[in-house]
Amino acid sequence: MADAADDTAREAWITGIGIVSCLGEGPEAHWAALNTSPPKPDTATYPPYIIHKLPPLGFDKQIPKKGDQRQMEAWQRIGTYAAGLALDSAGLKGKAEMLGRTDMIVAAGGGERDIAADTAILAGLPAAAQPEAFLNERLMNDLRPTLFLSQLSNLLAGNISIVHGVTGSSRTFMGEESAGVDAIRIAVARIGAGQSDIALVGGSHNSERQDLLMLYEFGGFALKDKFSPVWQREAHPGFALAAMGAFLVIESRAHADARGAKRIARLSAVLSDRCRRQPGDVTAGLRRLWGKISSRLQPGKVAVISGASGTAPATAEERVFLAEHQDIAVRATGTYVGHAFEPQFPMNVALAAIAVSRGNLYPPDAGRTGGRASDARPADPGRGDIGGSLARRRAGPGRSALKESLRCRPTMTARGAQSSSSPDLASSRRSAPARMTTGRT
Amino acid sequence: MKTRFAGTVDFVPADPLSSPELSERLADLAAEEAVAESGIGHRGDFPGPLFIAVPPIEIEWEQRRKIATASGANADVSYNDLIRTAAAGQFVPFHERFMFGSVANHLADKFGTKGSPISLSTACASGATAIQLGVEAIRRGETDAALCIGSDGSINPESLIRFSLLSALSTSADPPAQAAKPFAKNRDGFVMAEGAGALVLESMESARARGARILGVINGFGEMADAFHRTRSSPDGKPIIGCIRNALADAGLTPDDIDYVNPHGTGTPENDKMEAMGVMAVFGERAKTLPMSSNKSMVGHTLSAAGAVEAVFSLLTMARERIPPTINYQVPDPAIPMDVVPNTARDAKVRHVISNSFGFGGQNVSLVMGREPA
Repeated sequence: MADAADDTAREAWITGIGIVSCLGEGPEAHWAALNTSPPKPDTATYPPYIIHKLPPLGFDKQIPKKGDQRQMEAWQRIGTYAAGLALDSAGLKGKAEMLGRTDMIVAAGGGERDIAADTAILAGLPAAAQPEAFLNERLMNDLRPTLFLSQLSNLLAGNISIVHGVTGSSRTFMGEESAGVDAIRIAVARIGAGQSDIALVGGSHNSERQDLLMLYEFGGFALKDKFSPVWQREAHPGFALAAMGAFLVIESRAHADARGAKRIARLSAVLSDRCRRQPGDVTAGLRRLWGKISSRLQPGKVAVISGASGTAPATAEERVFLAEHQDIAVRATGTYVGHAFEPQFPMNVALAAIAVSRGNLYPPDAGRTGGRASDARPADPGRGDIGGSLARRRAGPGRSALKESLRCRPTMTARGAQSSSSPDLASSRRSAPARMTTGRT
Repeated sequence: MKTRFAGTVDFVPADPLSSPELSERLADLAAEEAVAESGIGHRGDFPGPLFIAVPPIEIEWEQRRKIATASGANADVSYNDLIRTAAAGQFVPFHERFMFGSVANHLADKFGTKGSPISLSTACASGATAIQLGVEAIRRGETDAALCIGSDGSINPESLIRFSLLSALSTSADPPAQAAKPFAKNRDGFVMAEGAGALVLESMESARARGARILGVINGFGEMADAFHRTRSSPDGKPIIGCIRNALADAGLTPDDIDYVNPHGTGTPENDKMEAMGVMAVFGERAKTLPMSSNKSMVGHTLSAAGAVEAVFSLLTMARERIPPTINYQVPDPAIPMDVVPNTARDAKVRHVISNSFGFGGQNVSLVMGREPA
């Protein structure tokens, strides 16, 4: 499909966005909330833990059959719903021929437990004469046959195939935040190489999961007692478990143009790496990846969307790196949307694409009480918050996104992604959000 | 429990035993062997990325019970008690062990693979997907080599019960070694099993330049997802047929170039019927005489590992010029009038193999492999 005479044909463009989070549903709701609303964490569901919950979604709109909805646990419903939004946004819904050759890469966890069944079994075990036999017996009787499928990681993709008809190919990546980064990286690489023309990429996560709070509390990583913006959690580190669905339709420029799709933003590069998480490794890794793309960034027209989660020391190491780039605006979306692992990067790429398409960033402190830049870069002592001023400076429509990510040990993950304006576009004033995500420690 | 047996790998120590622990140990052993045989790179410095198929990971009953006991809540235990106990810091290793990325992370550390390792699941097609991702990366010119692993050590009571509740498992316990009966009329389900397979993939150019011994070639692959049902194939067989045809087209081969089919062949009534239908549709009259034997009759269904394990068997089939049989084949199924290489291995020269892997969620992957071209 690539035309040797036209090296833009294999560019990877975002042509569809489907996002749901505690901020609402869709790009407009997210942008409005980021511009005007303070963070709205949930403290009531699992005190003392702080999570971010979804508002009620009308699942029927994207998953018309109740039977399909019943076959899914919440994380799969959220993801199937967000995938439908992305397909709608790209104008693909119902186009069977095109969906039949749309490639899919889903970033997924899984294992959503039946809390009531687990609890009943655990409560009965101490008194059981034969604990092993009791466990087997109860599992046979208490597990719903379909629960397995609603727990299975690749069944989010399976449900998307069934509900939306995406069947070109189907791959599910696991591995927390890195799964989301690598899903987009591989999709873009395949498009660039002519291995794919169009792809649906993303993931989902449910925050109303005590089984996950337990998993993360083994390491003491969940935010509790007191909410604060992610950059201001040094004394009280932790991530706020979030519910989220984020899917993107990414396609080659040639394919998008041939079908008259609206191109939202270009993904110029997606980089990821890992390190062994020795002290300083994250900062060094971010520097190394930044070095691979920095020559393509236009000074003053770059921003970083950070995936910082608020857990030490990854967030602290990211701050060291960001302090070396005081001229770049930084927004850490985790303050508002929380931390959802697999879909975090797709969500932040979606928010970056929205910023690029609008030509501006959301302000670091708009609508926030106290006039404090709650989401801006951590300002070094004696330095102004450049991020805020850049955000308020309206710039022309940026049209490209350069993404980079850094990945370290999955248990302590950091990633970055930057998007910048593209030098090959004619507009004289392009701004570019860029993004940088850092995960948990 | 209707099914009380499985093909466990109980001779590889994994302590404390858990699905990710054993899956990692099995992957490690397979990768050690593959990397050593390839002679590529240096110890702890593999010159390419890692793609690994692993079972989905979650806290298991052993851990859940330990925490419940430690909570002291006894019969009143709730998840609040489990969380409180977890947060007390006595079970820190559980966190890392039960992260989805932990197996890949440890292997990336040990083997020194490059970049972000990718853990993946396409259910029972996972091992084939890992190979596919490696081939794609090499074709893109991102790397000259890739380490592709499929591993599964996930047999425990709950995982067995889950498959049992879906009526997927054989209940023929007398004896268990004869339970897996792929393509036979009396087949009644698959036998869960554990195992791992690893391949070092390398571009032909790179392999020849360093004088590596080439064990076989991945000529191509195909995929096609099935939107019909979560666990059943589309009754018209189109996704399976499309998947096989995509693989042949990607390899630049025709059905006549294939000398042996290494089927998914689980031994469930549904899989074998639909797979035979798909193979017959693609290969036509020739399907009646084209050898097709199921490795799962002998090793069981190694789930996330199966695609990789069976790719290894396929390569060995070509290299050793011997087709492994479908054992436990006593009652032919008239609906599957094919040459399943019943019960006895057969010597044959095989130029190209197609290996199928299908999984829950409509996952279909076919790999086409061949011998090194002269």
